[in-house]
Amino acid sequence: MSLITPDGGLIFWMVVIFAIVLFILAKWGFPAITSAVEGRSKRIEDSLKKADEVDRREAGIAVEHEKMLAQARQEQGQILKDASATREQILAQAKAEASEETAKMIAQAKTQIEADRKTALADMRRQVAILSVEVAEKIIRKELSGAPEQSALIDRLVQEASQLEKPLN
Amino acid sequence: MKKLAVILLGLMLWIPAMAGGMSQGDDAAEGGPDISGLIFGHIGDAYEWHITKIGKKDLVIWLPVIVRASDGWHCFSSKHILEEHEYQGLHIAAEGEPHEGKIVEADGRRPFDISITKNVLSLMMSSLLLVVLVLLTARWYRRHDSLEEAPRGLAALMEPLVGMVNGMAKDNIGEDYLRYSPYLLTVFLFILLNNFMGIIPIFPGGANLTGNIACTLVLALFTFFIVNFTGTKHYYKELFFPDVPGPLKPLMSVIEVFSAFVKPLSLTIRLFANMLAGHIQILCIVSIIFIMARYGGVLLGGMSFISVFFGIFLDVLEMLISFIQAYIFTMLSSIYIGLARAKE
Repeated sequence: MSLITPDGGLIFWMVVIFAIVLFILAKWGFPAITSAVEGRSKRIEDSLKKADEVDRREAGIAVEHEKMLAQARQEQGQILKDASATREQILAQAKAEASEETAKMIAQAKTQIEADRKTALADMRRQVAILSVEVAEKIIRKELSGAPEQSALIDRLVQEASQLEKPLN
Repeated sequence: MKKLAVILLGLMLWIPAMAGGMSQGDDAAEGGPDISGLIFGHIGDAYEWHITKIGKKDLVIWLPVIVRASDGWHCFSSKHILEEHEYQGLHIAAEGEPHEGKIVEADGRRPFDISITKNVLSLMMSSLLLVVLVLLTARWYRRHDSLEEAPRGLAALMEPLVGMVNGMAKDNIGEDYLRYSPYLLTVFLFILLNNFMGIIPIFPGGANLTGNIACTLVLALFTFFIVNFTGTKHYYKELFFPDVPGPLKPLMSVIEVFSAFVKPLSLTIRLFANMLAGHIQILCIVSIIFIMARYGGVLLGGMSFISVFFGIFLDVLEMLISFIQAYIFTMLSSIYIGLARAKE
């Protein structure tokens, strides 16, 4: 069978031509192409890696940003809370002070009023006594013409006056 | 537009039927066309390149015959020996003789024959084409900054192929793959180009170079020598003194050495048989038209429709196989080289 017996002539030419082709291509053809292709694929790989890194860094920045924002928000809340607490405290304190002051003033006023009332009462009593003495004088001047009844009256008046004097002291 | 294309294609599917009908006259006298002659004529080698037949005239490219017979060198156009039957004491062996179809001397001895046959011419043309294509691509890369520019034209066509083979070499061979990648690339593109040229039915394609065992044998031998001349110490140790228990050692080393020779043989036969079978398949399917021409009419029409349909299918399949076989040959070569480069 000629199909499966390799022909010498074709083998000869095949060796010669393939060797020449291989030599030419291995010397001037493929190294240039390979280095260019490899260079590009390396560059693409590098670029992808770099892009990935940038992406990751960006993602890190975003997370940090988020964290900072959250922290700021938290601080803000804390400050607001503190402020409102302080306000409450100040208000309460003020209220307490005010009520204390008022109570003090009321007490003072009360004592003053009491004192005033007492002096006024004493005054009044003195006036009443004076008045009554004057009245009594007038009555006595008018009625001292009588005898027995007069002396009885005088006794009674004296007694009453002495009774009146007592609570004043 | 699309409809028109479909109609045209439909009409074209019937053309072979007419052609078959037309050639009926010639073959009817001989009792049918010589299909096996036709097929073997296409897949075999020849001293001339028969392109086509125009009417009764053959359109043939006569190729030079270069022969060293017992009486010295002979160099002449194959026209003489093919037309005059005997020329300068040489003739072509007839059917049934030991060197059937080859040039032999008067006493039937085969001279040293390095004629430019059909396959050799095809090999030269495709090799030239391959060199031009690759050098043009290389020139593009030299003239352009590949880091800044995307490849265009030829470079864009070659770059994926180069990248694929380089990747294969890197995976299978390892760090010193750059030493071997030019060989692998050459083999891959050589096989791919010749496979494709083989599918093209008319000149300059149509020769069955990668379906010829001499061609695939040489390619496989290149791989064999590269594998065995650049093997590491470890590779040879494994080859002759395999790491197996004592009594198995001689047996294993015989098997290992045997397998080293079987590897190129399997490469040879895989590529050869695949491409040969592909060619025969397509030729058989197309030949149905000419066989059916005898029966005429409806049968011829129907069968030619079917055979053109299957012919298209097989052509497309053959393109796929062309690529796959080139890929497999390169892949296995790189694996064999990688095994021979094993460090531990």
